[in-house]
Amino acid sequence: MTDERSEERGNTSQSSNGDYPLYANRNDTLAAASGRPLRDLSLQKTLSEDISSEDYSISAETLRAQAEIARGAGYPQLAQNLERASELTAVPNETLLEMYEMLRPGRCSFEEYQALAQRLRDEFNAAATAGFVEEAAAVYRERGLLRRELE
Amino acid sequence: MTTTATVDRSVNGDTGSRRFSILAGRDINRETYVEEWAEAGLTVADSPYDPQPSLRVVDGQVMEMDGKERADFDALDRFIADHALDLAVAEEAMATPSHQMARMLVDINVPQPTIRRLADGCTPAKLCEIVRHMNVLEMMMGLGKMRVRKTPANQAHVTNWRENPALLAADAAEAALRGFAEIETTVRVARAAPLNALAILVGSQTSRGGVLTQCAVEEAFGLRLGIKGLTSYAETLSVYGSERSFVDGDDTPWSKAFLASAYASRGIKVRFTSGTGSEALMGYAEQCSMLYLEARCLLITKGAGSQGVQNGSISCIALPEALPGGVRGVLAENLLASMLGLECASGNDALASHSALRKTAKLMLQMIPGTDFICSGYSAIPKQDNMFGGGNFDAEDFDDWTVIQRDMQVNGGIRPVREEEAIAARRQAAQALQAIYAELEFPPIDDEEVEAAALAHSSEDMPARDMVADLAAADRFLEGTANLSDVVRALHRSGFEQAAANLLEMGRQRVAGDYLQPSAIFGDGFNVISAINDNNDYTGPGTGYRLEGETWDALQRIPQQKSPRDFIDAQVGEPLPNLAEISTAKVGATANEIVVAVGPAYGTSLVKTIGELDHEEVLEALLTGVAEEEFYGRVVRVYHSADCAAIGHAGARLSGSGIAVGLQSRGTTVIQKRGLAPLNNLELFPQSPSLTLEIYQAIGRNAARYAKGLSPLPVGVKVDNGARLRLIVKTALLHRREIDDIQEKAPQELYFRWEPDV
Repeated sequence: MTDERSEERGNTSQSSNGDYPLYANRNDTLAAASGRPLRDLSLQKTLSEDISSEDYSISAETLRAQAEIARGAGYPQLAQNLERASELTAVPNETLLEMYEMLRPGRCSFEEYQALAQRLRDEFNAAATAGFVEEAAAVYRERGLLRRELE
Repeated sequence: MTTTATVDRSVNGDTGSRRFSILAGRDINRETYVEEWAEAGLTVADSPYDPQPSLRVVDGQVMEMDGKERADFDALDRFIADHALDLAVAEEAMATPSHQMARMLVDINVPQPTIRRLADGCTPAKLCEIVRHMNVLEMMMGLGKMRVRKTPANQAHVTNWRENPALLAADAAEAALRGFAEIETTVRVARAAPLNALAILVGSQTSRGGVLTQCAVEEAFGLRLGIKGLTSYAETLSVYGSERSFVDGDDTPWSKAFLASAYASRGIKVRFTSGTGSEALMGYAEQCSMLYLEARCLLITKGAGSQGVQNGSISCIALPEALPGGVRGVLAENLLASMLGLECASGNDALASHSALRKTAKLMLQMIPGTDFICSGYSAIPKQDNMFGGGNFDAEDFDDWTVIQRDMQVNGGIRPVREEEAIAARRQAAQALQAIYAELEFPPIDDEEVEAAALAHSSEDMPARDMVADLAAADRFLEGTANLSDVVRALHRSGFEQAAANLLEMGRQRVAGDYLQPSAIFGDGFNVISAINDNNDYTGPGTGYRLEGETWDALQRIPQQKSPRDFIDAQVGEPLPNLAEISTAKVGATANEIVVAVGPAYGTSLVKTIGELDHEEVLEALLTGVAEEEFYGRVVRVYHSADCAAIGHAGARLSGSGIAVGLQSRGTTVIQKRGLAPLNNLELFPQSPSLTLEIYQAIGRNAARYAKGLSPLPVGVKVDNGARLRLIVKTALLHRREIDDIQEKAPQELYFRWEPDV
């Protein structure tokens, strides 16, 4: 939602695309969520070492870099999504599934959403996602989408 | 209505029209058609209750949108107002007349970014107003320009009723070979999902690295599969255009947006799903048109930060198609998605019609302009194995599709493949999965199953498996610690080194996340292609995507095409030994002779007609007919022309009776009379493939009867409507061969060593 977006939109030259694709242009510095450098995620290493799921998971930093590319190319909402995603890389799998379930309609009270937002901030440093949850809670309250109101 | 009923009706002397009765039995009349009913949401593009466009922004906040005050916004309005609209451009966009924006969409001088900039500031009602000005041709122009990725592509559905893993892998391998950029599977039994996802992942990567795969299941389950590394994209994140429908779908725009972020956080590409008709089907259309509700869906999709959408009515397609303007409305929603910068997987997936004509007509609206994915799932399997409920186009239509691409020089995202390539890819995929099952101690896939999968068309061709054991293995796999690297290792240990490398590369690409950008797919060699580096720059002829070069070569080379040289093999042979040239032909002196004038290649370069009658026997038949009327037959060869009329005309000039039979090598025949203009004649037999020796004999007889001054009944030839269709290439090539033998030389008298048996 930035003013400069309208200016940049017409620019389709490569320069506005940052280092995209990162795979080709940042191969030396890219690392997985585990911290394992991409160059160490080779077939040889896969055969000889213990490779965890985190070794082929995207990192918060890479997601932020992709968000910047999206913003530069005129996709601000996608950029925001990728920024929330970068925050959510810190959230464990099961917790992530629980949080999604909580956001579905009629699942939680207003206070529970506030607690969720607080947890996102405190435990996961996820300010953008926390704000998003708070916004949802306010709308849910107005529109009867909190738990007790559906019951 | 059945044909039997039709017949009965005629027999009973019913007063109904026979023609209408036959029409009633046609496929097109197996569909349902309904009149519009706006109050129930049964109207495609324009309900009298649709809001009028308006937007009032105060201090950076939307206070009124489409005639509704902020205080009255429902959850969807709120989400759209606060997340989807570019307020920096909204005032300008809303003030630009809608018909002007419609014209910009069609105007080749207005590039995509100019329109997208304005579209980003449009409310749902404004978006609808723009496209309502457009007919389908104009929408197609707009779609070709607004599609976000320059290169069009396609997505396949691969499922089977028996949930047979070897068959899933084989079908995924074939789909990858055929060029599908994405492959989606789903389940008949939900618990099968982990192993189904694994099967299409392994199958596709064995065949062609870089195919994105997904497994459509319940949202949270789907996320779990993605986290495990079994899928690389998800597209069944459904959104709806009314609040009640959305909530009945057990989500809100915020929960869906959270889910999108959750997927992205695990490196999984996300595409939302919407489409006309779903709200009416769910009973909460709020009296609005399907298009207006879809515009809201698209803005929610955009606001949530999904890079794309599958729309085009998807599984509800039969509902808009029951209504007037339904197919136009579906095209309009594809166009709106593209205008908003969303990757568009443009429907053409669920069964939409019984009529092949209607299905194809509808398809052209997306195939000709090109969309990011022409189908949101082309059923790369037979109908009975399609667990999405049946595809509009399926495995039996592969060849139709590739021929249509070849006809139009249009890339519909499917490559023609040869049988042996397909079998090899299928076999290797099934073997690779067999090895993984053995290594990970899943219920074994035996050699018989592998071979059956290599050659199968449907799951009916597969031996039975113990599904209970498979489901138990699927549960263990999902809960266990085995991950992508275990699969890579298993493949490598079993000698599937390329497949292991491709699977690992999928993991490495997940780390880079380039395919999270709008409309991303992988080209050959894992080169990512997306709206970022393959931006659609169409500005008229000669710009944008062009099907040319290697891709055009690959798409035009269907296995069914033959070398032109192969077409006339049957007509080439040893020259007739009993046909000899004597001297230059002279005008005959006797009134009881008929000239049979043959073409330059007759009996020499070519020895059979197109109907594969021996030239020798054809001459015998003609001369026998002449002899039956007690006339003499003379044979001459015309050298200066290969044209049937010219041959007959030259023959008639030489004939003592003034009557001649002109005969081309391919068998086309004319009875000609001296004095008639070359293109006039007594009888012409253009349907050479249908001519028999009996007919040639009758032609000879009639020629003699004309010479006697009689008026014989013209020779009857049955009309074969398909002959031209089947044989036109051969006809052209035979004619060309005859032309090769043309010489600047007078007609020559031939000696045909043969006596009539009369």
